[in-house]
Amino acid sequence: MSPARTGSAPVVTGVGVIAPNGLGVGEFWPAVRDGHLALAPIGRLEPNPYPVTVAGEVTGFEPAGWVEPRITVQTDRFTHFALAAADLALRDAALDPAAVEPFEFGVMTAGYSGGVEFGQREIERLWRHGPEHVGPYQSIAWFYAACSGQVSIGNGLRGPSGVLVADEAGGLDIFAAAGGELRRGVRAMLVGGAEAPFCPYAMCCQLGLGLLSTSGDPATAYQPFTKRAGGFAPAEGGAMLVVENAGAAHRRGATVQAVVAGHGATYTGRRRFDRSAQGLLRAAAGALAEAGLTPDDVDAVFLDAMADPLADAAEAEALRLLLGERASRVPVTAPKAGYGRSYSAAAVLDVATAVLALEHGLVPPTPGVRECRFDLDLVIGAARPVDLRTVLVLSRGVYGGNSALVLRHPESPISGGM
Amino acid sequence: MTRRVAVTGLGVVAPGGIGTKAFWELITSGRTATRPITLFDPDGFRSRIAAECDFDPVHAGLTTAEITRMDRYVQFASVAADEAWRQAQVGVTDPWRLGVCMGSAVGGTTLLEQDYVATSQRGQQWVVDAGAASPFLHCALSPATLAAEVADRVGACGPVRTVSSGCTAGLDAVGHGARLIEDGQADVVVAGASESPISPITVACFDAIRATSARNDDPAHAARPFDRDRDGFVLGEGAAVLVLEELDHARRRGAEVLAQVAGFATRSNAHHMTGLTTEGVEMAEAARRALDHARVAPDEIGYVNAHGSGTRQNDRHETAAFHRLLGERAHQVPVSSIKSMIGHSLGAIGSIELAACALALVHGVVPPTANLETPDPECDLDYVPHTARERRLDVVLSVGSGFGGFQSAVVLTRPERS
Repeated sequence: MSPARTGSAPVVTGVGVIAPNGLGVGEFWPAVRDGHLALAPIGRLEPNPYPVTVAGEVTGFEPAGWVEPRITVQTDRFTHFALAAADLALRDAALDPAAVEPFEFGVMTAGYSGGVEFGQREIERLWRHGPEHVGPYQSIAWFYAACSGQVSIGNGLRGPSGVLVADEAGGLDIFAAAGGELRRGVRAMLVGGAEAPFCPYAMCCQLGLGLLSTSGDPATAYQPFTKRAGGFAPAEGGAMLVVENAGAAHRRGATVQAVVAGHGATYTGRRRFDRSAQGLLRAAAGALAEAGLTPDDVDAVFLDAMADPLADAAEAEALRLLLGERASRVPVTAPKAGYGRSYSAAAVLDVATAVLALEHGLVPPTPGVRECRFDLDLVIGAARPVDLRTVLVLSRGVYGGNSALVLRHPESPISGGM
Repeated sequence: MTRRVAVTGLGVVAPGGIGTKAFWELITSGRTATRPITLFDPDGFRSRIAAECDFDPVHAGLTTAEITRMDRYVQFASVAADEAWRQAQVGVTDPWRLGVCMGSAVGGTTLLEQDYVATSQRGQQWVVDAGAASPFLHCALSPATLAAEVADRVGACGPVRTVSSGCTAGLDAVGHGARLIEDGQADVVVAGASESPISPITVACFDAIRATSARNDDPAHAARPFDRDRDGFVLGEGAAVLVLEELDHARRRGAEVLAQVAGFATRSNAHHMTGLTTEGVEMAEAARRALDHARVAPDEIGYVNAHGSGTRQNDRHETAAFHRLLGERAHQVPVSSIKSMIGHSLGAIGSIELAACALALVHGVVPPTANLETPDPECDLDYVPHTARERRLDVVLSVGSGFGGFQSAVVLTRPERS
């Protein structure tokens, strides 16, 4: 192990969430804990000629109050989510960026679909009216780096920046990338991601994945790990977390919510969900090793939950291989079944949920699911009280990435660390 | 034991020639590859010039299935990766220890635009017709497919990432890839970047902010970094891939080490999405951090590969940054911009420039800045006008600026003796 890998693991000190089931952790956590179902017909696609009709939409969110009007017109909805989530995370962390040395506070985001609604409006102007009708903000609103850039500028963050587009799994990988900066001495990072993929053209692109649920019934559209699993409900939303160098957080007297203890990532080929069992297993084993832990330490697992029969079977197999005979006893859950899968933001929201679960000592349920077709202890119905010390978050990308992140309760002894 | 990062393979697809040899010949000759746009009819656009690749995918060795499936930028990356992988001759390696880290700023916009035109009936329908989309459109929504395609070519099962931080993505992908090795996540990483942005929407969006050159009557002399008569950058396209390898891993198998990736850092200006500060503080800071990481003093820099886009604000920003970084030695260090010859290929250019830097170290030759007839009086450094220069190099710095206010720096060094 190289010197770069030693030292205290980064810590989470703030969480900001903009999700279909709530704005801010004050709304989000009770909704997740109680298994609220926030899936519904897609209001932004009206009329909706597409076979996918049920999704997790962030209703009741207006940029006003979150985003300066001057910036609102220069940015896509996904960036509005990121800016709002960043604001919430900073407030939750009680960390004023101006109080951090210049160049020591940065931002990294993961993305999948970018500012595609803004992009569709501008590309329509181009093809309908001509090149001179494309506006000046197209160049900064559509691209994947829009969120990192606007969050940096909006909050005066002059530290390291970064943008990963590694589909869903990128939402976990971004914590490893930010951890790399924190280990090298940077004091704090805002880390997260946001998606808003519900303009017609974005939906047209997603349909080709062949993984989205075409059920019209919000109560049964997204049923991972069941015999009815027939794809996932897509979602929009975002989350940002303040992750700090442990020493810096301690020195400023911050409340530590969780420790980001380990990460692992593998690749097993596009749509090769049969191979993702090995991929997830190795990613999880790597993350635990980095944390200085073993599979026996895992108290709960937040699942990728693709709701594709092969993908679900591979994930269950990965857990069986990782946890051995404990696989049927360790509580596992997929809270996103209640609000949909928002691509890279889904993994970030799972991290946020895991942090909240550690804080409350509760494993939230998998909403809408009544049975599990695998020999797993899938938490359904009510949240389950568990003395959580170590949780494992799993995520997969549709293009073959498998990632795992280990989070620990702040009062657990730290033996390793990323 | 610190893990260090060697470069053991290079592959390039650039305007003016396919392959590393043709690329190096072009950029050391001072010839330019900028010309009128042929990839689409640019009539009606403000800037109608670009640096295009004369790329024949069949001749470059791609199969019909690959050509059908892959967008142009993925084809570039595949061909560049094949060349780099052949040169590196890594042979048998643990696939779980083999990673990929590829960058792109605008990803699949060419296919996105093509299919948009088809599904919207040339912009007439907001609610696009999904039935008219190509089966590969979903790959265009997210450049995550770029890294996946490269991973499949080399058989990687380790961390596979796409970096999409805008115009610094090419530097950031190599920097991030190097960190995967330093931090012990992989022993070999195929890293690089690719872009094919020469399509109506991207040309129009730079037209809208007058970032690109309108010297349409003289395309060969349109990219004029540091010249008084410059009027913006010339859009380019291309790809470069570097095989990165843990130094001892490379030595054990007797591989030829071309260079070391010794340092990497990013900082942000938190100032403006497209604007730069006049003082160059953030770029100097990024460079200083990268040098610290490399344990190299600014005095040891033998060549600076500039961002050198050929916009007035960039040239002055960068000149200020180099003064700040190099102090009294600023006038003695050659600084050049190969964008004067091959244009600005957005997310790809950083990797192409790192390929140029590695070749500069190997050959002891500094590539020139073409078209520098009358230096801007505000830009007073040694920009190596017109003609390449022989010079023994031990430490080379490459910097980049991108929308979002991002500044990145990578330090390459001559291989250490074992």
